[in-house]
Order: sequence, then C-alpha cells, then structure tokens
Amino acid sequence: MVEKQPQSSKPQSAKTVTADPFAPPDRLAVALVVNGVARRVDVAPWTSLLDALRDHLGLTGTKKGCDHGQCGACTVLVDGRRINSCLTLAVMQDGAEVTTIEGLANDGALHPLQQAFIEHDAFQCGYCSPGQICSAAGLIAEGRARSADEIRELMSGNICRCGAYPNIVAAIQQVIGQS
Amino acid sequence: MNAHVGTPASRVDGPAKVTGQAKYAGEFAAEGLAHGFVVEATITKGRIRRIDTVPALKVKGVLDVLTHERRPAMADDDQAWKDDVAPEQGSPFRPLYDDAVRFSGQPVALVLAEDWETARYAATLIDIEYQQEAFSTDLEKQRAHAFVVEKAEQPRGDAAKALASASVRHEGEYFVPTEHHNPMELFASTASWDGNGRLTVYDKTQGVQNVRNYLCGAFRKKHDELRVISPYVGGAFGSGLRPQYQVVLAVAGALALKRSVRVVLTRQQMYGLGHRPASIERISLGARADGTLDAVAHEAIAVTSQFEAFSRNDTGWADLLYKSPAAKSVHRLARLDVSTPSDMRAPGAATGVYALESAMDELAVALKLDPVELRLRCYSDRDQSSNLPYTSKRLRECYSQAADAFGWNRRNGEPRSMRDGSDLVGWGMASGVWEALQMPAAIRIVLSANGHAEISCAASDIGTGTYTIVAQVAADALGLPLENLSVRLGDSSLPQAPVEGGSWMAATTAHAVVHTAREIRGELLKLAKAVANSPLKNADVDDVLLVDGKITSQRDASQSVSIANAMRHGKVDRIEKEEIHHFADDKSHARNTHSAVFAEVKVDEQLGVIRVTRVVSAIAAGRILNTKTGHSQIMGGVVWGIGMALHEETVFDHRFGRIMNANIAEYHVPVNADIHDIKVIFVDEPDELVNPLGIKGLGEIGIVGVAAAIANAVYHATGKRVRDLPITLDKVMAR
Repeated sequence: MVEKQPQSSKPQSAKTVTADPFAPPDRLAVALVVNGVARRVDVAPWTSLLDALRDHLGLTGTKKGCDHGQCGACTVLVDGRRINSCLTLAVMQDGAEVTTIEGLANDGALHPLQQAFIEHDAFQCGYCSPGQICSAAGLIAEGRARSADEIRELMSGNICRCGAYPNIVAAIQQVIGQS
Repeated sequence: MNAHVGTPASRVDGPAKVTGQAKYAGEFAAEGLAHGFVVEATITKGRIRRIDTVPALKVKGVLDVLTHERRPAMADDDQAWKDDVAPEQGSPFRPLYDDAVRFSGQPVALVLAEDWETARYAATLIDIEYQQEAFSTDLEKQRAHAFVVEKAEQPRGDAAKALASASVRHEGEYFVPTEHHNPMELFASTASWDGNGRLTVYDKTQGVQNVRNYLCGAFRKKHDELRVISPYVGGAFGSGLRPQYQVVLAVAGALALKRSVRVVLTRQQMYGLGHRPASIERISLGARADGTLDAVAHEAIAVTSQFEAFSRNDTGWADLLYKSPAAKSVHRLARLDVSTPSDMRAPGAATGVYALESAMDELAVALKLDPVELRLRCYSDRDQSSNLPYTSKRLRECYSQAADAFGWNRRNGEPRSMRDGSDLVGWGMASGVWEALQMPAAIRIVLSANGHAEISCAASDIGTGTYTIVAQVAADALGLPLENLSVRLGDSSLPQAPVEGGSWMAATTAHAVVHTAREIRGELLKLAKAVANSPLKNADVDDVLLVDGKITSQRDASQSVSIANAMRHGKVDRIEKEEIHHFADDKSHARNTHSAVFAEVKVDEQLGVIRVTRVVSAIAAGRILNTKTGHSQIMGGVVWGIGMALHEETVFDHRFGRIMNANIAEYHVPVNADIHDIKVIFVDEPDELVNPLGIKGLGEIGIVGVAAAIANAVYHATGKRVRDLPITLDKVMAR
C-alpha cells in the first residue's frame, strides 16, 4: 500500500504567488525589545517567537518542551503578560517588549523569584524553571493569586516532570508575601 | 566529615538553572550548524519499497536527505550497537540501517537543512511507499504466546499446594499500561564537527561514556575521535540510559555533511523511544487466619519488542517484604511490534510492588485486619530468597513514623465510612522497596595552593543533585568551604563513571570522592612533613584530617600545617590525583531501601473525580547526604506515583499499531493543581555494612508503593477495587 505524508499547506510569505513551490518563504525584519535591548531579527513568517529567541538571538534560557503550548517551558513575558512563546509567531510580535529568564536578574542580583526557587529547591533538572519563573512573575503581576490553591491552579500551565510543585508553590508564596 | 554532608545545602547548580545559563544538549552553538528533522514511519511493520526524496531536496536550503539507501557507513554487527544498558538478548535498533519498519514512529529519513523550519517543511515532502505486514501491539492478545525469562530466584516450598490448602486466599490480576517518561527537555543532540572526522557531541544522556562507546562502535571511531558532553540534562528518568536514535542521526548527518548538525526530536517523536512496558501482574496470596502467609506467587507478563528481550525484576519483591515459607514467581515476555521498552523510574518495582501491595490490601480486607497490622505480622528480617540478613532494614520505623504523621489511628476500616462534605474520603497505605546499588567510579581532584579544588567525573546529574552532593562530600573530605569547590560532570573525557541510574550514583560518587581525597591528603602530608619543625612528622595519612584549609592531627587539633604553607615549601602550586574506587565485594548481606507510603484520596461521589489530598512517605535509605535535594527526589517520586495511579497511560489504537496520545496534553502527567500535601520523612537508618559512608540512594524508592497506596485509598473511599491503572473516574463509576 502507498502511504502518503500529508502535505502541509503552502506557507504564506511576502510573495504569496511564487514560481518556485520549493522556495521557503522570504524572511521579514522584526523589531523586538528583548530584556530592555532593541533587537532586530530577520525571520521567516513561520518562525515562532520561541525559535526566534533561541535560534536567532541565542537566548536559550527559554526552553522548548513541546512546541504545542502544552507544557509551558517556553513561557516569557510579552508586554508584561505571560505567554507561551511557541504559540506566537515572531512576526506577530513586531514592536513588542519581551522579557525572558535572562532579563529577570538586575545587575547580577537574582530576581526574588530566582532566589526563592533556589532556597525552596523548586526544581531538579531545571528545564522547566525558566518558564515556571517567568510564569510566576506574570502571575504576581496579575495580582490574582493569594492562596496556595489559587497559585496551584494558575500555575498549572507549567508542567514540572520532576514533580517540584509543592516547592514551586512555596517559593511563589514567599515572594508574594514579600511584595 | 560532617560540616556539609547531611545538611540542606542549596543546589550548587541552582544559579545557572534559574538564570537560564545552564545549557542543555540542543543549545550548544557550533560554527556552520545544520539542522536535521526526522521523518517517521507511518506504518507499524513492513518494508520501505520506495522513498522519494527528490521534492525535499529541491527545497532551497535543504542540504541532504539521509535514508537507509543513503547514509554514512555503520557497523553491521549487533555487538557494535550494544550499549552498557542494552538487553543481553537481541539485536539493538539501528536507525536508517535497512528498509525494515519495526514499530510505528520509527525514524526512516533525516532531512538536513540550513535551518530547522526548512528541514521540517521539507520533511513533509518526502513520499514513502511501504509494503505492510501483519503486526500486533496488544498485550492482551499476545499474552498466551509470552515466553518465560530465566531468573536466578528458585521457587521455595510448594506454593501451589500451600495456596490450595490456605485458609484465606486472595488472587488478583493487576494491569499497568505503557507509560512514557516525558522528560521536559526534548531529546536532542548537537554534533559539532571538529574536522578530520573528529566530533564533539552534546547529547541528552544519563551516561556520556556509554554514548561515546556506543557511537564509536556504530561508526567505527576511536575513543579519542569522539567526545560526548552533557553538563545538564532536562530530566530523563531512565529514558537517557541507553543512547537514543537522535544521537546516531546527528553524528550520521555531521559525517555526511562534514559539518556540525543538530537533531532535536519533537515531543511526538519521543513516543518512538523507550517506555515502561505494559504489564499484567498476577498475585496469589495464601494466609492463615492470624495474618501470617503460607505462600506467595507472582506471575508477570510484560511487553518487549520483536528484536530485543527487555525485562526487569517485577517479581521477587515479596521475598524482601514478607515472610512466607512458600514462594514462586514467573516472569514472561510478550513480543509486540513496538520499540524496545526501557528503564523507567524504579523499573520492575514500580509495577511489581504496585500489584503486590494492592493484593496485600485485598488480603487484609479478607482477613478483616488493619493493612499495617497485616504487614507487621508478615514482616521479614531476612531476604528469604537469598536467606541473608539485611545491612539495615528500618521498615518497621517507616510504618510507625508515617502512620503517626498521617493520623492512621483515626481510620475507620470500613469502606465508604469516611466523608468530607460530598466527597468520599479514603485512606490507604503500601510498602515500598528498592535495591541499594553501588558501582566503581573514578574521581579526579585538583587542589590549588590558594585553597580551591576542582572535582571531576564523567557522571551525569539529571536533576538528582549529583553536583551538589559531590561538592558536599568533597568539602568535608578536603576541609574546604563549598564556595572554594568547582565540580565538573557530564564529559566523556573525564574520569570513568557508570550511567546515572538505579539509585547508585550517590554512593558511587561519594565513595570515589573520599577515596581520591585520601590520596590528596597523603600527598599533602608528605609536603607537610618536610616543613621545618613539622608537628606532623610522625603522622600517618589516616591520623590527619583536612580542616579549614589546614592539615591537622586527628588527636590534637593544634598540631597542624596550612595547605598553603605545605605546598609553598614543597614548591608545588597544585596537587592532582585521579583514583578509581571499587567497593568491597561483600555478598554476606542483602542491601535494600524501604518505604511506607500513606495516602488520602477524596472522591466526588457523584462524578467519581479523584484527588490525592495528602501523602506521607517515610523512607529508610541509610545516610541522607542532602536533606533538601533528597526531599525533592522523594517528593518527585511521589508525584510520579500519583501520575501512575491516576493519570498516565500511553493509548494505542491496536488496529493501526499507533499511539493515539503522543503529546504531553493527552498523555496526562500531574500538573500543579493535581498535587497537594506531600510529607517526606527520612527515618534514621545508620548502616555500617552497606558501605563505609552508609549511603543507599534515593532516586527510585520514592515512587515504589505510591500507586498501590492510592489504589488502596480509592477502594477504602468507594468500596470499588480498580485493578487496572490508571484509576480514572469512568472505572470508579462503572457498576
């Protein structure tokens, strides 16, 4: 029997009508303010913000765990709100302010959440931690979570396979208590 | 040595991890890096008749497409492909080796392109024609064809006869589905082309030297031509014990292009790697009315692939936990058309002890005995299968301390008797057991005159805390503060280490550190004796300690020479020692860790929704090197046990042989909202026999017994005994 791989729909590009069906889409210039610094990336329209950060800007602190918005490892702050950077294209964020894990520490001093995560051992392998910490920063800015139950619910988009959840909740509670 | 060992020191690699500076395998830069994207088979078994790569090759930016017809030379014998952890029997999988498709999701092509998105797009253009063959992925259908695995344990007494004449009997069949590890980090390898066929490979692995040796075998390379590096590993849980196929493909790509290549699997593709095999666990218990056992029988039927015979010890745990004059166990394997199963957290024990401890709960119900009381009446002070005493076994203390912390004496034993509003409340418990293993390993210590030391070893830290405990043990052995130490791990060019698994790495590295530190001490003493009017002139290496930057007499702390002074007089600025440490081969005792797990569930009576509201886990595992990271390991094991009990299942559509939930949303793992109160108790368990430092290891014991404790709690809450995992609400609601 013949099995055919599904053909992906032809990618949209600046030149939607192109003579060459095998040509990848043209790259577009995208301006981002990343961790307070104006950056420009030339990316294809199909490049996610996550891949733009990791592959084009060398900011590998933001992690790829599923590329489908299922795990939260890629969480960053865009204009102050936490989002899954794998679920947005870089071209959609033209002009946005992006804060990644590399931008949280202030002049070498750890962000209170980073310090609390270390003190409470809120991770083991560390792969979900940048997403957890960015998500927690977004959560605190939202001002919605006070109780442990609320933190648990509102942090459930960030999977930790090592199972550090109780320590993550304790670390976030400590920082909420300080602020 | 006590200033640092046993304290809750924070992870020494914590700052790197929380700032995003810790680099994982797919994050290392390499000049001229090309990207590979894997094309997987869409059939479950058969042959590739034709593979058309022409359209993909036409895509601008595509560099090459590797297939079984077009790839660098690979070894053609099984021995070359056998890694340290490969099953003894069978023929290891070789990616892109030939036209055979052995399981759904098998890699059949690798598209290489200038960037990842182009490779991914071009991969969709590859057209493959297959010849399909009949297959089976259904354990239930193949169980009758399962073959017996030879095991060392011999039957004891006549279990069949004892069961037949037992006054109280319980027989039950329990089922554990296929589970996937799903570490957060995607499997990834960056093969950096160093020229002249030399490669540095950054790989997601639990054993850099295992991967190096394997790649050298597969590609006929010398050890000095290939270096494997893995400083940080984003979770593995056993999935990184064997080299995975992406590392073969990254190296093949680099050899084909003569440039650096990175291959990152998608989450979906990771379902074509190893997995906890589905298993059917049959337990038969025969008891007297007083709660003592006459016989235990355990038959396990687990899945393996068509091409390798993977098995672990599902059976045999009853001998460690319960006294019984008769015992019999049989382990069978059913061959299915799936990828070879692999180790997954407490392999064998997580599944076998789940069944045993569920059956013990059912026996307690039949005997109208408290489940803790039943276990105490069967308590064994010897491993009955080897008839040896334990180096230590404080399981009684686990039961009592966990029961006290849980409030077990307030339990009403009657099912459906406890409530909290509209929720039925259930309290259940189980025992856990694992082995205390230890391996040879080497450690290099470089001590500088300024009082800094570097400790290095090829061992991996997969999140278990190896960096931290190595630093703590070294700090005490060298008498230096933690901040004066740097620890290097995860590099195949460093001193020899085993793969990180089986809970053996703590004992293994700690003893190797102490062993090499003794050599450092000896060298320093030599230098110190040469100092004018040395107070240590007559001292022996074991009479002195390193404390606060000084070499000091054990008998009289005022008799000391500073490290800096000794080295200055000896005209050396560094002392370097590398020693391999072997444990004494002592077979006079059984070596095990134990646990008692108590769980509370609340089950919505109308909807059947189950929440695990409290877990208390008491662990007897010898000396705990770091109470903070150790606590995290056990807590993580409990979270895994909650997932195993309530959430995790890889679902196959057996008509197609395909996995239907190959992602991390429909394969359910516990999320933050699923996890509530978890209390970990380390029972004091001094052990001078297991090894000089009394270390037993923590990585596996945390999960063992948890699923049974929860299953038993669900029964206690609802009166419904669910014997196939995961316990989902439909099974609880079913009449």
